[in-house]
Amino acid sequence: MDAAPLRPPSGAVTTAAAATRRPANGSLHSWDLSTGVDGPGTRFVAFLAGCPLRCLYCHNPDTMRMRAGRRTSADTLVAEAAKYRTFIAASGGGATLSGGEPLLQPVFAGELLHRFKHELGFHTALDTSGFLGARATDALLADTDLVLLDIKSWNRELYRRLTGQDLAPTLDFARRLADRGTTVRVRFVLVPGLTDAPENVAGVAAFAASLGNVEQVDILPFHRLGAAKWEALGKRFPLRHTPVPTEAETTAARAVFAGHGLRAV
Amino acid sequence: MNSPAPTAAWHGFAEGPWCDTVDVRDFIQRNYTPYEGDAAFLAGPTERTTALWDGLAGAFAEERAKGVYDIAYDVPSSITAHAPGYLDRARELIVGLQTDAPLKRAIMPYGGWRMVAGALETYGYPVSAELEKVFTEYRKTHNAGVFDAYTPEIRAARKAGIVTGLPDAYGRGRIIGDYRRVALYGVDRLIEAKRAEKEELNAPAAVGRSPEETIRLREELAEQLRALDELKRMAASYGHDISGPARTGREAVQWLYFAYLAAVKEQNGAAMSLGRTSTFLDIYLQRDLAAGRLTEEHAQELIDDFVIKLRIVRFLRTPEYDELFSGDPTWVTESLAGIGTDGRPLVTRTSFRYLQTLYNLGPAPEPNMTVLWSPGLPRGFKEFCARVSIDTSSVQYESDELLRPRFGDDTAIACCVSAMPVGKQMQFFGARVNVAKALLYAINGGRDEKSGAQVGPDTGAVTGDVLDHDEVAAKFDAQLDWLAGVYVHALNVIHFMHDKYAYERLEMALHDRDVRRTMACGIAGLAVAADSLSAIKYARVTVDRDATGLVTGYTVDGDYPAYGNNDDRADAIAVRLVEEFMRKVRKHPTYRNAEHTQSVLTITSNVVYGRKTGATPDGRRAGEPFSPGANPMNGRDTHGYVAAALSVAKLPYADAEDGISLTSTVTPEGLGRTREERIGNLAGVLDGYTASGGFHMNVNVLDRRTLLDAMDHPEKYPQLTIRVSGYAVNFVRLTREQQLDVVNRTFHHAL
Repeated sequence: MDAAPLRPPSGAVTTAAAATRRPANGSLHSWDLSTGVDGPGTRFVAFLAGCPLRCLYCHNPDTMRMRAGRRTSADTLVAEAAKYRTFIAASGGGATLSGGEPLLQPVFAGELLHRFKHELGFHTALDTSGFLGARATDALLADTDLVLLDIKSWNRELYRRLTGQDLAPTLDFARRLADRGTTVRVRFVLVPGLTDAPENVAGVAAFAASLGNVEQVDILPFHRLGAAKWEALGKRFPLRHTPVPTEAETTAARAVFAGHGLRAV
Repeated sequence: MNSPAPTAAWHGFAEGPWCDTVDVRDFIQRNYTPYEGDAAFLAGPTERTTALWDGLAGAFAEERAKGVYDIAYDVPSSITAHAPGYLDRARELIVGLQTDAPLKRAIMPYGGWRMVAGALETYGYPVSAELEKVFTEYRKTHNAGVFDAYTPEIRAARKAGIVTGLPDAYGRGRIIGDYRRVALYGVDRLIEAKRAEKEELNAPAAVGRSPEETIRLREELAEQLRALDELKRMAASYGHDISGPARTGREAVQWLYFAYLAAVKEQNGAAMSLGRTSTFLDIYLQRDLAAGRLTEEHAQELIDDFVIKLRIVRFLRTPEYDELFSGDPTWVTESLAGIGTDGRPLVTRTSFRYLQTLYNLGPAPEPNMTVLWSPGLPRGFKEFCARVSIDTSSVQYESDELLRPRFGDDTAIACCVSAMPVGKQMQFFGARVNVAKALLYAINGGRDEKSGAQVGPDTGAVTGDVLDHDEVAAKFDAQLDWLAGVYVHALNVIHFMHDKYAYERLEMALHDRDVRRTMACGIAGLAVAADSLSAIKYARVTVDRDATGLVTGYTVDGDYPAYGNNDDRADAIAVRLVEEFMRKVRKHPTYRNAEHTQSVLTITSNVVYGRKTGATPDGRRAGEPFSPGANPMNGRDTHGYVAAALSVAKLPYADAEDGISLTSTVTPEGLGRTREERIGNLAGVLDGYTASGGFHMNVNVLDRRTLLDAMDHPEKYPQLTIRVSGYAVNFVRLTREQQLDVVNRTFHHAL
């Protein structure tokens, strides 16, 4: 199913023609409208099911497994999003693919981004860990106005401990986005005792600053609100005893990024 | 008019038709200065303002503890009944109180003696035997008149709570006098105009009117003239001669306030709204500022002082009333901003100054700040509104895009969502019927699910164990036919009697003679009824019967699409219900040929209506609160507040012209990560909702934690304000049950 889509490199293909040639469905966890948390403004957010990472602090563990999602056609999802065209045109905002890891279903993701952007005229965002960045075609990225890139750690061992995977693909993807000039918002989850070590924060900050395409860094304080979802899945939330960062700790982390010339919020 | 133009008072104003006839809108349009900037010019509170406001803190605490601060228990209120009262004579810039002391409530027996006596007994005040004799033997009240004419059917429907909240024991309210007229013209000129209106009716039966109508109108005009005279005398008791027009900004505020004060001395109306005054007053403040007679700080002080007065308007009501409309609301609604029909925004610096009072004096439910929103409003104003909402949760928004084409650009909101061109239209307030209960009547053949009594017509109870959609829908239709009839009948009785025994003399004196009247019906329980029909249609609903065969419980198997997810399968049911009930209401003739309208609004009564309604086929348990207004049921809107809002936006305003209320509660994080971003995003949401056809949105930006803490430590949060279905309340003054309802209501919080 996940063959590369047939699309000229320019992306200047007519939507109808393109749609007929693409596989038209994927595994969806849910959709939602959110404001200010999944990219700028009010956005239609599609949460795709399945993720190759197993982050200790995951607040959406119910999106980890692709099979747990609902088989949904792109047509259905685009029709749902189309209900918000008037609203979003007036409010500002757009559409975001989140998850899970949307790049686990690159063809489905690519079609959605393409149609959100060209059929609905939405500003498009891709919320990703970057681990599967190599699966994002240039065409997909051409249809992506903003990447919300989650860099969970600068330290390779820590990254593996946190996620069960390698850090390198994420950094490669970040550099590729920088080369393309794709706008990026880096997201960094501040977890006391795990990601908050000064050299770790400084490492992510220095890397983000070196890219040149990072418009903003979101420092996301760790929270335990996802614990109930772990329990609902019959699992124990791995970080149930980890404290949430204090306001001062979050402010300090922001200052480190700001010290590297980045806008950190 | 024959009097010479009061040139001194009007110096510098652009002349026009308003000089010759009473036409405040024309005056505003020719003279106001739109303001397109941001909030940077605003002034904070002066020491005087802070001292004046803080001086009330002790009295507020005492009032919270006792329920009322004090009552003028032995003087029936009128415009002139009470001696002048002051907060702090040395400090006040704007004077006038309802009685001779602040927070001392007046008794207003014309609405009904029982309400007065009940309240006095509740709060431990003596009930004067003499007054009791007067208002039960010699002088009939509105309440007594209504119960003389109610039919057994109306009484039964009222008792069962299927027709509910009726203004049959208290003042109907929702009439807005054009208080600006007093400032612009002075009372003498208004008296002259009213006399002329009356003289036109001197023929035994004026053209196009029946003798009865003509005589009634002449009597009403005589009462209006008397009230205007009393207004002058009341102002004179405070040392002000308001027979002529206001000459300065301070006088304009004072004259306008005297007019409003006279209304709230005379009427204990359910909603005593102020109108659309900020841009009017701005013309006067602007003239003084330009002439160097006033500074920004002083202009703000005048508005702050005025707003302090509006915040301490009080009415004496019974605990049963408070249970329905809790938090001691007065609905001193002020409508701000909007766009003129010529395309110029009606935003002035004074629109900002009104909102600034929420900073200078802290958040408060009154006056009920209502912004008439349009995507075309200046950006600086939109962002200021969003900021004030985020900081105070004290602002509601209504679509100027829906209001302007229907009602024009001098329209104000009465109460929560009821629009009326100021001085040209009034409404007969009609509370609401419980359509969720009507659905249960359909299932039980007109028997009440709580009492078992036969209240509605016997349309035959459902006999099967699994509900059949078409069968229930047909029976529901029949019950609604009956309900619309009994409802309009009740309202006709109520308003006939209110006009007769508790006529709003002063408020109507500040209207044109020939006003448009609406019969403002309403529905509660829309989301419950729509979801119930959806459950019956898309899932499997099995009934449980008691020993008498009455259905009292439901089991729902399977999922059904719920109203509030922007899903047409469910939303279309709600839309149809609104259209259908409006159509049914329109079939019944109304008192004074009032035009039928309806609202989808519950205020806080969603809790009480829920308590009085048995289990429903949507899976809601007996007694559980309804959602407020047109909101989806708690927790069933699973795609975020924008999706929920767009379901509500589908309800047709043309069939709910008395307003459709939506309350949205978000956490600060649910609007964005930075303050700047939250402000921009909230303004964007309001633009989006308006563009999508939404009518009204209450915006609360609150933390669940704050509310829980406020329940346990009310003393820490004396000013915590939240918006509920069209108005705002002090959270700590709600009953515990209502507080829990607010806390449990969907908090839209993005993770």
